Amino acid sequence: MSRTTTAPAGVQEAAEVVSARPVGAYTHLVLHAPEAARRAQPGQFVACGVGDSGMLLRRSLSLHAADPVAGTLEVVVAAAGPGTRLLAAKRPGDVVPTTAPLGRPFPIPEAGTPGVVIGGGYGAAPLPWLARVLTAQGSRVVGIVGAASADRLLGTSAVDDATALDGIADALVVTTDDGSLGAPGRVTDALPEVLLELADLGDPWVYACGPMPMLRSVHTTTREVLGQGARTWLAVEESMACGVGVCMTCVLPVAQDDDDGVRRTRMLRACTAGPVFDGDALRWDAIGAAPHLRGGALVPDDAVGAPTAMGGH
Amino acid sequence: MESATIKDVVHAPAATAVDLSTSIGSFHLPAPTMTASGCAAAGAELAPYLDLAALGAVVTKSVLRDPRSGRATPRMAETPSGMLNSIGLQGPGIDSFLEHDLPVLAEAGARVVVSIAGGDADEFGELAGRLAALGPESPVGAIEVNISCPNVANRGLVFACDTGASRAVLDAVSSAVSSAAAATGRPALPVLAKLSPDVTDLVAVARACTDGGATGLTAINTTLGMVIDPVTLRPQLAGVTGGTSGPAIRPIAVRCIWQLTAAKRAGVLPDVPIVGAGGVASGADALQLIAVGACAVQVGTATFADPSAPARVARELEAELARRGVARLADVVGIAHEPGRGITRSTDL
Repeated sequence: MSRTTTAPAGVQEAAEVVSARPVGAYTHLVLHAPEAARRAQPGQFVACGVGDSGMLLRRSLSLHAADPVAGTLEVVVAAAGPGTRLLAAKRPGDVVPTTAPLGRPFPIPEAGTPGVVIGGGYGAAPLPWLARVLTAQGSRVVGIVGAASADRLLGTSAVDDATALDGIADALVVTTDDGSLGAPGRVTDALPEVLLELADLGDPWVYACGPMPMLRSVHTTTREVLGQGARTWLAVEESMACGVGVCMTCVLPVAQDDDDGVRRTRMLRACTAGPVFDGDALRWDAIGAAPHLRGGALVPDDAVGAPTAMGGH
Repeated sequence: MESATIKDVVHAPAATAVDLSTSIGSFHLPAPTMTASGCAAAGAELAPYLDLAALGAVVTKSVLRDPRSGRATPRMAETPSGMLNSIGLQGPGIDSFLEHDLPVLAEAGARVVVSIAGGDADEFGELAGRLAALGPESPVGAIEVNISCPNVANRGLVFACDTGASRAVLDAVSSAVSSAAAATGRPALPVLAKLSPDVTDLVAVARACTDGGATGLTAINTTLGMVIDPVTLRPQLAGVTGGTSGPAIRPIAVRCIWQLTAAKRAGVLPDVPIVGAGGVASGADALQLIAVGACAVQVGTATFADPSAPARVARELEAELARRGVARLADVVGIAHEPGRGITRSTDL
């Protein structure tokens, strides 16, 4: 990834809700946003206004699907706070202000490269679309979806057929922490066997969406099992005010090779440099390093322009 | 109700376009809305959503001498009708800004106000000198001085809270700008001092800035706030405190601009232009700031929800003025201070 590479721009549309239905613990929304639907690719997101003048900021939601013919975007909303609760309560005919598609999509490997698509909870939302793109070009794709318990799962026909990986991925593994559905344990407990099976076909590309501890574990497990062969592409979910690159709130410490060949760490915007990052580029030593900053990341001391003893920021 | 009476205000037929042009010293703006510093990055990010050249100006994120990583995250917390931010002046530094960011704005045809920040007066002066020395083809029309950043020499207290520190920064900036003007023979760049509302005597700080050579004022910057994480019972922001922005602080902006304008009218402050900022999300919001004395308005936090907001607010402002039969924006600047000049009929508003 070059430092100057930024995401393609989105378009603003007042999107009418076409349908809204419960999917497990979540809400599946279909939004009429024809221009965004024409441009969108798997891994991108939509920034949605919640429709309450007291809650200014957009909620950024990973795209589950886009249909350029119908002119629709699909998302799966987890009602985690007051804003997403309002979005999850939208009904057909309601209008949601949207800016989409935002962010850089999942990179797609050479045809035939085997793939693993991993989702934690509603993080599984973009995976069927991604898996379809990969299998269409001849890749063998194995899905792993997991959650704390069966009621938080997404991406399996045990929850909902229309949003499931069943029938799209060549195989699907389901895990729950409490064993209430599928294999007891975490997605990364199932990952080594999947990686070893796929490695016979070539170095796999591993895609994951979900909470940061899960993404870290996917990266660590992949490196432990396959060494440096595989690639990991991790879609992060950072708190962001704008989604379009102007607020600078959603940054993460990311190490990249500059044009002079030197690897440098910068605080990069998840909305424009991500949300999909190369797992090897994320500075895991600084991400989640301060437990009192829930979901936060520190600035590594060696980052470009990091605070010095002389002057804090 | 009686029919509308606006004494001394030039009436326009409803269909006529309103003259929205305004000026900040020698910097002429065809439209009265700008982005706000820190709410538009370097400006180019908004190009897909609005015509940068049609804005009054693009106000850049504060530029410093050196690259700066900014703070740890979380950097943001949503608050009722507002938000806190604690970014820490992340940016690539003046060299990268001049090489990469400013040419993009020039190419787009934008007029640019460059916000500068520094840890001491010398850094401000150096940055102002670099900008003032740019050639006549430069899109930079003014400098905005972000005095709400930590003063390294004074325990990190912001310059804007202290009249002496504010004056020292403006002295450094204005002398650099004057030197460049003398060397090039071109008019000196207008210098806006961006004021913090977190002071006991706003007019005294504003006076220190104009005494130091500020040729205009921007009011207001964010106001310091804090949110506690409900789970950890610790500050939610990595930087502990953050700047509060959004409609929640609009009444504070209106009050500050009112006080500054009243001081100008009383002869306590020189008659310098005031650029309003603070919670503007609509044309009606902008009109409040203009009525108390702002000749131009910055649209900041609203841009996060609607990246076209700075352009939309200008269109809405034009409609607000046209609906009142006002032909020129300049006719309503400060009108709230003039009993009898206001619009007395409200039935169709």
